[in-house]
Amino acid sequence: MMSSTTTDSQDHATTPSGGGVGYFIGKYVFSRDHKIIGIQFLFSTLLWFLIGGLLALGIRWQLAWPWSNMPVIGNLLFSAEGGQISPEFYTMLFTMHATVMIFFVIIPILAGAFGNFLIPLMIGADDMAFPTLNMLSYWFMWPAFILIGMSFFTPPYGAGAGWTSYPPLSAVLGAAPGSESAQTLWLLGVTCVGISSMMGSVNYLTTILQMRAPGMTMFRLPLTIWGMFITAILQAFALPVLTAAGFMQLTDRMLGTGFFLPEGLIVNNSAMASGGGQPLLWQHLFWFYSHPAVYIMILPAMGMVSDIIATFSRKPIFGYKPMVYSISGIAGLGFIVWGHHMFVSGMNPVLGMTFMTATMMIALPSAVKVFNWLGTIWGGKVQFVTPMLFAISFVSMFIVGGLSGIFMAATPTDIFIHDTYFIVAHFHYVLFSGTAMAVFGAIYFWYPKMFGRLMNETAGKLHFFLTFIFMNGTFYPMHILGVVGFPRRLADPYHYETFAQLQPMNQFMSICAIGMVASQIIFAINIFYSMFRGPRVGRNPWKSNTLEWTAPSPPGHGNFDFQPIVYRGPYEYGSPEVDTDYYPQTQPPPEAESSGDGET
Amino acid sequence: MGRFWSLLFLLVPILGAGLFVVAALPNSAPLYDHWFPEDVSRDGFIIDNLFNFILYLTGVIFIATGFLLFWFLWKYDAAKNTEPVKFIHGSHTLEIIWSILPAVTLLFIAIYQMDAWAAAKMRRPVISAGADGVEGTSDDQLKPPLVEITGRQFEWRLRYAGADQKIGTPDDVHGVNELHIPVDEDIVVTLKGEDVLHSFFLPNLRLKQDIVPGMKQFIWFRATRTGAYDIVCAELCGWGHYKMRGRLVIESREDFDRWLQAERDEQNRVQYSPSETDE
Repeated sequence: MMSSTTTDSQDHATTPSGGGVGYFIGKYVFSRDHKIIGIQFLFSTLLWFLIGGLLALGIRWQLAWPWSNMPVIGNLLFSAEGGQISPEFYTMLFTMHATVMIFFVIIPILAGAFGNFLIPLMIGADDMAFPTLNMLSYWFMWPAFILIGMSFFTPPYGAGAGWTSYPPLSAVLGAAPGSESAQTLWLLGVTCVGISSMMGSVNYLTTILQMRAPGMTMFRLPLTIWGMFITAILQAFALPVLTAAGFMQLTDRMLGTGFFLPEGLIVNNSAMASGGGQPLLWQHLFWFYSHPAVYIMILPAMGMVSDIIATFSRKPIFGYKPMVYSISGIAGLGFIVWGHHMFVSGMNPVLGMTFMTATMMIALPSAVKVFNWLGTIWGGKVQFVTPMLFAISFVSMFIVGGLSGIFMAATPTDIFIHDTYFIVAHFHYVLFSGTAMAVFGAIYFWYPKMFGRLMNETAGKLHFFLTFIFMNGTFYPMHILGVVGFPRRLADPYHYETFAQLQPMNQFMSICAIGMVASQIIFAINIFYSMFRGPRVGRNPWKSNTLEWTAPSPPGHGNFDFQPIVYRGPYEYGSPEVDTDYYPQTQPPPEAESSGDGET
Repeated sequence: MGRFWSLLFLLVPILGAGLFVVAALPNSAPLYDHWFPEDVSRDGFIIDNLFNFILYLTGVIFIATGFLLFWFLWKYDAAKNTEPVKFIHGSHTLEIIWSILPAVTLLFIAIYQMDAWAAAKMRRPVISAGADGVEGTSDDQLKPPLVEITGRQFEWRLRYAGADQKIGTPDDVHGVNELHIPVDEDIVVTLKGEDVLHSFFLPNLRLKQDIVPGMKQFIWFRATRTGAYDIVCAELCGWGHYKMRGRLVIESREDFDRWLQAERDEQNRVQYSPSETDE
C-alpha cells in the first residue's frame, strides 16, 4: 500500500488516468491526507497572495500619481471616473489588501499550508489526529473565499472600513462606501476563516501532544513545531473573542443591538436609533485577538527560519531551550499588550503606561531570538543556497521591524507616529520582509519533500535578489515618511502643505513596488516549471536531521515506510560522534546495532 | 558567491542608517523637508527628543547586529572556511547577558517615557491649585476649554464661547475647519464626535487624539510661534477621510481677540434667532 501511494503522489501534477474522476476527487480534492491538504492551502493562499499584491499596486499607484489615469486597466475598471481611482475605491483597496494578506495569506499559509504539511512529518506521525476535521478546516476556507469574493463584486465593490473594521464606521449601514452588504459579507468571510483556523488549532495541538514518534520528547521537537504548537495555543485562546466580537458587530448592523454604538449618533444627517454602546469596546475585543494574531503570523516563520539556518550553517541551533522559552514568552506577553494599538484612542492614559511596559518587555524574547540566530551562524559553514538566503534576510529584516517597534511602544513617541507610515513601515518589515520572506525560504526548502524535485537554484537566487532589493526600496522609505507624520489611508495626502514634498519619494517607492510584484513572476514560473522539470532528489537533499527528511520524497499516504524512533534532538550538525556532518534524529547511536540509516 | 551575498546584507545597516542621516540633515538636497515638520509648540521637543533618543539607541543596535551578521556570513562561508564547525549548543552565560542587558534597557526606556506621557495626557493646565495649594489634586480649578471641536464626516466644527464666556449657550460663535488660537497661552480644547471615529492631528504640535462619538475628551497644548498650519484627520472616517483638512491659525492675543469679536459680530448680523433680539 505504501509504495503504490508513493508513486501516485509523484504523479500528482498529472491527472491519474487509471482511477477515474471519483478517485481523483477523493484523493486530491476532498482529501484527508495532511500533505494534500497542506498543498491545497499552499496554492490557495499563493493565489490570494497575487490578488493582495495587485491590490497593493493599486494603492501605490494612487499614492505616486494621485487622480491620474491608470494605464491599460484604468478604463476597464473605472470607466465612470475616466480611468482614475475614486476615493471610495481607494478605501476598498487598502481595506481588502490588508484583509486578504492577513486572513487569506499569512495566517493560512503558515498554519494551514506548512502546519499541515510539516507537523505529522516532523514529529514522526502517519497523519493528523483528526483527518476529517483537517479536511473540513480547508473546506471552511472556501465559504470565506466566496464571501470575500462576493464582497468585491457587491456595489460599491468591497468593504471600505479598514481591515480593523472600527465602528461606528463599520457598524452603521451607509457610513462608509461598502458598509452595506459588502461589509456584512466581509464579517462573515472573516468568521469562516476563524472557524477554519480553530479546527486547525485543535488538530495541531492534539497531534503534537499525542502522536509524536517514540523518543520524540517535547524538547526534541524541531523549532518549527514549537512555533506551530505555541501558535495553535494562541489561536485557540484568542480566536473566540474575535468571533464573538464579529457577531456583535453583525447584530449591531442587522438587528440594531448597539454594542458598539453610543447614544446620539448622527450619520449622513440621519439620527441613529440604537445606542448605549462604546466604540472602544470593539477595539479592545478586536485587538485582544489581533495582537496575538501578529505573533500567530510570525512564530511559525521564526521556527522555520531556525530550522533552515541550522541546516545551512551545518551547526546546532544556538540556545535551543532559550529559543523555546522566548517563543513561549512572546506568546504569553502577547496576550497583555493589545492596548498599544490604542494609546491615542481615548483609552484611559494610565492603562497606556501598563501596556507600554508590557510591550517594551516583549522586545526582549525577540532580541534573544536574534542573538541566538547570530550565534548559530557564528562558527558554522554557511551554504548560500536560496532557502538560506531567504532565512538570513528574515533575520536581517526582523532586526529592522523589531527595532522600529520600540518607537511605537513608547507612548509619547507614539502620539506623533500613530497612524503614520512609520507604523506601516514597521508591520511591513515584520510581515512581508519577515514572514513572507521566511515563507519563500520554506517553499524552496520543503519543495523537494512536497514534489520530489528541487526548484531551480539560479532562478531562486534571482528571485531572492530582486525581491530583497525592491522590497527594501518599497518599505524602507516609509520610515522617513512616518517621521514627517505622513498619515495612513489618505487617498491624496499631498494637498496638506506638510506632506506635499513627499510625492517624489512615494513615486520611487511605487516603482520599487511594481518591480517587487514583477519579480514574483520568476517565482511563479519556477514553482510550476520545477514540478515537471526540476531535478529529482532522494529523501534528504539538504542533509538535514529532522524526521521529514527520512520519509520518501514525496511521502506516500501514511508518510513513513518504517517506524521512526528518535534518538536525539533535531540540530546535531557537526557532531564528533559520527563521520558525517549531520546526524539524523532517527539514526541509532554508533554503540547500538545499525538498523537502516534512513537514507536512500 | 558567499562574498557577494554577505556584502548584500552589509548594505542593510549602511544604507538603512545612511537614509536616516541624509533625511535628518537640514537642507540635504534630494530629501529637503523629509524630517520632523517644524515644531511650533512648547512641549513638542520632548517627543522629538524621546524619538531621537530611541533612534540613537536602536541605531547602534541596528548597525552592530547588521555588521555582526555580515561578518559571520563573510567569515564562515562554507566555500572559504576550512575550520571544522564549532559543535556548540549555546552558552548559559551569554543567554543571561543578552537577556538582562536588553531587559534593563527596555525597562529604562519605558520608565523614561512616562513623565512625558503623563504631561501630555493627564496633567491638564490649572488656573489655581485650589484650597490645598497642591497641583494635581481633585480640588484644582482646571483651565476651561477655549473651543469645542466636533469631528464629523468630513469637517471640523468649532464652537467658541460668546459674550457670556460659556460654550454650549445660544450665543456661541460657530466656525468650520479654521481653528484660531492665541500664541504663548495654555490652550484647552474639548473634542467631541458626531458620527464615526476621527483623529485630531496637529503635526506641528506633535499632538494627536482620536475622537470617539459619545465621549468628551480634553487636549491641551501651548503654541510658541504664529502662523498657519495643517489640521489632519488621522483616523479612517469614510471615503472623504483624505479631504478632512483643517487649518490652525496661531496669532497674537490681540489678533485673536479681534478675530473672535469680528466673528461674533458677523454671526449676530446674519443669524436669525427668534429667541434673541438683534442688536
